[in-house]
Amino acid sequence: MKSSGLIAGVAALALGLGVLAAGLWLAGYDATSALAALWRGAFGSWYAFTSATLVRAVPLIIIGLGIAVAFRANALNIGAEGQFYAGAMAATWAGLHLAGTAPVIAIPAVWLAAATAGALWVLLPAWLRLRFGVLEVISTLLLNFVAESLVSWMVQGPLQEAKRIYPQSDPIAEAARLPLLPGTRLHLGALVGIVLAGLVWYVFRRTVWGFELLATGTGPRAARVSGRIDVGRVTALALLWSGAIAGLAGGVEVGGVSYALFQNLSPGYGFTGIAVALLARLRPLAIVATGVLFGALEAGAGAMQRDAGIPAVAVYVVEGVIILAVLLADAMARRARTAMVLPDAEPEPA
Amino acid sequence: MTTPAIELRGITKRFGPVQALRGADFTLAPGEVHALLGENGAGKSTLMHIVYGLVRPDAGTIVVRGVTVAPRRPRDARRLGIGMVHQHFTAIPALTVAENVALTAGWPLRPAPLRARVLALMKRVGLPLEPSAVAGGLTVAARQRLEILKALAADATILLLDEPTAVLAPPDAAELLRVVRDFAAGGGSVVLITHKLDEALRTADWVTALRAGRVTLSGPASAQTPQSLAEAMIGSAAPPPPGRRRAVAERAPLVRCEMLDLSREDGRGLALRGVSLTIAAGEVLGIAAVEGSGQRELLRAIAGLVRPLRGRLDVTGPVAFVPEDRTTEGLIGELALTDNVVLGLGRAAAWVRGPRLDWGAARDRTAALIHHFGIRAPGPDVPAAALSGGNQQKLVIARAMELLPRVIVAENPTRGLDVHAAADVWQRLGAAADDGASVVVHSSDLDEVLERADRTVVVAKGMMTVAPAGAGRSEIGAMMLGAGPGGGGEGGGAA
Repeated sequence: MKSSGLIAGVAALALGLGVLAAGLWLAGYDATSALAALWRGAFGSWYAFTSATLVRAVPLIIIGLGIAVAFRANALNIGAEGQFYAGAMAATWAGLHLAGTAPVIAIPAVWLAAATAGALWVLLPAWLRLRFGVLEVISTLLLNFVAESLVSWMVQGPLQEAKRIYPQSDPIAEAARLPLLPGTRLHLGALVGIVLAGLVWYVFRRTVWGFELLATGTGPRAARVSGRIDVGRVTALALLWSGAIAGLAGGVEVGGVSYALFQNLSPGYGFTGIAVALLARLRPLAIVATGVLFGALEAGAGAMQRDAGIPAVAVYVVEGVIILAVLLADAMARRARTAMVLPDAEPEPA
Repeated sequence: MTTPAIELRGITKRFGPVQALRGADFTLAPGEVHALLGENGAGKSTLMHIVYGLVRPDAGTIVVRGVTVAPRRPRDARRLGIGMVHQHFTAIPALTVAENVALTAGWPLRPAPLRARVLALMKRVGLPLEPSAVAGGLTVAARQRLEILKALAADATILLLDEPTAVLAPPDAAELLRVVRDFAAGGGSVVLITHKLDEALRTADWVTALRAGRVTLSGPASAQTPQSLAEAMIGSAAPPPPGRRRAVAERAPLVRCEMLDLSREDGRGLALRGVSLTIAAGEVLGIAAVEGSGQRELLRAIAGLVRPLRGRLDVTGPVAFVPEDRTTEGLIGELALTDNVVLGLGRAAAWVRGPRLDWGAARDRTAALIHHFGIRAPGPDVPAAALSGGNQQKLVIARAMELLPRVIVAENPTRGLDVHAAADVWQRLGAAADDGASVVVHSSDLDEVLERADRTVVVAKGMMTVAPAGAGRSEIGAMMLGAGPGGGGEGGGAA
């Protein structure tokens, strides 16, 4: 099972890169040098790997884990982008007020603020879903725009830098910044991603709540009638935890990379994170791998634009093809699995 | 001799590891009602799906009115004048009766001419319905009528019916069979797939029985007896049903209801009012009711899934519930058998340690249940959807027994099961009662209720009535339609 999933993933990646190369070639670009630039930007050096690829992978992994928590319960949280920004705002606010404290206090305080804000940002969709059956797909998606507008207002209003020139906040206190791996820009957030992946894995595979998420997601009526599970409560909690984790990602980004709040802090991490989670089939440990893969693609896209003059968005073609290929393979595998029906009577030897 | 309406020769079909049909021959004469009998998995539905173009045979020929055909999709079959009524409803609930008929028949959807056309069809067939009624709001009997109208809409002369009476109360089933006879009297040909032997004998001219994909009997219905049919289907004469009907001693009741009022499941008004009932330890209480009479709400209230609106309800736990729809409410098809056992046993199970779940222990226990209950499954890790209906139900029952229940509530537990599987379910329920549990069962098969229950109550028109001791089939059938003693109560309360 596991190795076949890996093979399918590698095949999908190859297919995606192939489509990209073919498209570049048809458009008259030098596909070979483009792909070479992509590779250099992502894996070309230790610095590129840690400071470009992994730094981008960290928010994708954390958000992907948050998405997995919600999607496992079939709560389709499309609002990770907004929750990320909510977390980033809270983290900036906390980080600005933590000057003079020790990092052991400041860093967890920033994380707590960010996670709380992320959870609060999804509280309204969770309540609407529970109380009125409003589809969370729509409510969480729409709150993304609200969050982006709120950030825009914050950096021109309450959180704008003291000089009031640029639409950005002042840098957060030194104590609230995450330590870096020497010689790189890779920060403590990488460890957060890995530990969180282990934690989510444990919850999914070894706890009653993890099973309740799965039962609610795959068979809500059976979960309610045969499992006596409070399906609404499980769904709402899944959304809240999902939001908290996406918010944490925003806090980690501010504490480890930007040190300040500004518009467009996220290049769509909240959406790419969905792809990261789906590609990993919501499996927490696989999310670490797909997060690194997508981090590499995004890092390589920058290099491709610089070195070969190809728009970075071309990389989205690769991401899209990968997701489509994997989802298609997944759906076909599931159909094959459940189509096999065992007979009631002893089959006679044919 | 006239040309047969349908002639099938040497039909063979294999699904993966399962040989569904092994060279089956079948001949349907014009103007004939032809009963097709067999256990679950005998190949009845597959044979008809082949005629209807839903399944393509591996080998064999299909001849319709003397012409060899190879229908590749239902549209091809409809063009040949073949209509089919499936085991499950296929009408689109959001559309009206007329729109559903038009969709199947390929008629234009303009309301006024369509209405006239549908009314004409209803008159011709003898199945009245309101054309503008929304399909989703129809009663089960009316929905089944709609299915037949759909099948006949495109001027079908051959009608394939897959267990059309399985969900109907006896009077509704009788009406449907009358329509079938009229259709045949008018020159149409009908294949009637059924589990019910007496129905086959009463309605059909000719009977064919399948066993494990082979034809084991084909002959005029008048020459058959229930025993000869059962033997052809099962291989040996069916075991006589162990009549229960014990007088239950005055033991402590495990379920006690007093003046219960229950809301309808959809929240619109009252489903049942003033229900008072006690069920003793060791008793099997049967509920006879036409679908949608309120028995569902009553069972679910006893099972603790819904709160009564008013009144007192005391149930001694643990309570096990066997829901009617095992694929959506009983089991999660995508998940492994182990997961489904874990689902049903909840947080009190032996493998739950605080927030942790010991999957190894759960898997071992599931493997043991598969063994003890004779569930045909390769192991505890296969998805529940890979099991046949009978084995899925065995798993649901096994899981229910694992709760060591004092009260067992079962909702149509033998629906869609063959004779063997159904007997197994009843045997398990009876054994649980013998061990001192209270068992409450509703079955849409009235004969089953009368045969297996110690006591029968009837739910009709929002009221529950205890059937008089010794009441017969026809008497209870009348009560189910609200005509007997205790009937006449008002159905729906305020909105």
